[in-house]
Amino acid sequence: METPLTQHISFDRPCYNLRDYEKNGGYQAFRKALSLSPESITNTVQASDLKGRGGAGFNTGMKWSFVPMNGHYPVKYLIANADEMEPGTFKDRMLMEGNPHQLIEGMIISAFAIQANISYIFLRWAYKKAGRLLTHAIGEAYAAGYLGKNILGTGYNLEMYLHTGVGRYICGEETALLNALEGKRATPRAKPPFPQVSGLFGKPTIVNNVETLCNIPHIINNGPDWFKSLGKGNDAGTKIYGVSGRVKRPGLWELPMGVSMRELIEDCAGGMANGYRFRGALPGGASTDFLVEEHLDINLDYKSVAAAGSRLGTGTMIILDDHTCPVGFVHNLEHFFAQESCGWCTPCREGLPWTEKILLSIERGEGRPEDLQLLETHTRLLGPGNTFCALAPGAMEPLQSALKYFREDFEKHIDQKKCPWR
Amino acid sequence: MIAQETLTPEEMAEIDHEIALVPMRRAAAIEALKIVQHHRGWISDDSLQAIAGYLEISPEELDSVATFYNLVFRRPVGRNVILLCDSISCYVMGYEKIYGQIRDRLGISFGQTTSDGRFTLLPNACLGTCDHAPALMINNELFRDLTEENLDEILDRYH
Repeated sequence: METPLTQHISFDRPCYNLRDYEKNGGYQAFRKALSLSPESITNTVQASDLKGRGGAGFNTGMKWSFVPMNGHYPVKYLIANADEMEPGTFKDRMLMEGNPHQLIEGMIISAFAIQANISYIFLRWAYKKAGRLLTHAIGEAYAAGYLGKNILGTGYNLEMYLHTGVGRYICGEETALLNALEGKRATPRAKPPFPQVSGLFGKPTIVNNVETLCNIPHIINNGPDWFKSLGKGNDAGTKIYGVSGRVKRPGLWELPMGVSMRELIEDCAGGMANGYRFRGALPGGASTDFLVEEHLDINLDYKSVAAAGSRLGTGTMIILDDHTCPVGFVHNLEHFFAQESCGWCTPCREGLPWTEKILLSIERGEGRPEDLQLLETHTRLLGPGNTFCALAPGAMEPLQSALKYFREDFEKHIDQKKCPWR
Repeated sequence: MIAQETLTPEEMAEIDHEIALVPMRRAAAIEALKIVQHHRGWISDDSLQAIAGYLEISPEELDSVATFYNLVFRRPVGRNVILLCDSISCYVMGYEKIYGQIRDRLGISFGQTTSDGRFTLLPNACLGTCDHAPALMINNELFRDLTEENLDEILDRYH
């Protein structure tokens, strides 16, 4: 089984410096890319069927193809979205701490493909170690001539800056991230215009997730057919999957895209911890619908997870066990979303705190039977199409599926006027 | 209103470095807040006015940015800031017990500072280390796999 993304990652030693990375084939893909036309790089990435690993799952090469390439745009930007803040998600931290040059090489190739001359890594504040390692690696890449003016004598120029955020979930939304980089409140922007045409400071901009960008050198080295052959079912490539919660071995694994949920939980994570029983899981971070026991054999690719009523999201799974109250679990999620709402649009600003309060009152044994109806109404009012961005619809996913799969638990709280778990 | 404080030459030099990287002065607002907070621990009203004046924007506009972000402190904090993850994986793995122990040990709840100014305790969204939950950060250090046993020893390292 091939594991391109993690083949050079080991936490038993320091991460590769530039020389070690080069010795192991690093920056060969970039050298190859420089001999290709930008358009053919975009075509290769599009043909590989690489989909965005930040959660939305859009074809990466197609996203790039919307950037104007007619020479009328002297300033363009390429941004790595390293603001990993989806609760339960910890994969990009591992990629950046484990092999910072892989991300930098992926960014340089991507920037070359859209002919951007300025690139940013938008890193979340809490990732101190990743920040130190990336700062050092960017310095090495400048010294080696992979960044700066007239890169490797080709006449291509690229600057790279590390921007550290000051904490807000909404910064992960790509247009909110652009506002944060411009020094403003990170409220999302109306689309269109899309960032590919009018992004950072009004210039054409591509924002890609860290894991997405780390795939680029391997696709350039080995070709789109190789990349497609890595996946098991509907989707191409490998994926960094993760499991957290009451399992024997929480962690991250690079696996063929489309591995089954059972393989991930039982073989990789070692199954449930002693004394704990599986009740459900959010397959791809806090803003995805619950999957339950009947879904254990589905494949974790975009289409199959969607068919089961959820989203692959970030591919990092949070397990709900039988010692944890589902109402408390969902209340914790809605507390997060209510706190992190940017406040721009009314349904999200007002609806999420309301949802959180209802859940808290149910959890405290003060819930009324009609509260479940009220929560269901919220899942519709805050659902897709009614809000300015995807935050509130995402927040409704675990709630609507909890009301479906764990309804008895909600009712027990209301009937017994207490949380049965406390 | 006239600012009661001015930026130090060192702060101005650092902010100038950030301004040089962006197309307009105001785009350095978040960096400027970070720089001043790094030197002064928090952003007072006077500091805010000084920064706004330097960036040529109104203090109100800068405050709308400062108050938007979780880690810009508009109130004084203690010498050490504890950021305890209260997100979902840490919830499942029992962060509430850790919170209870910190409350008992230090006598502060979320948003409070010990009377000796040694610690401020704040909740923090997912720290991205969910396979080692529960987790917290103190200043710039990450601590994971917290237990009631190792927590006291970690707190003892900070004065």
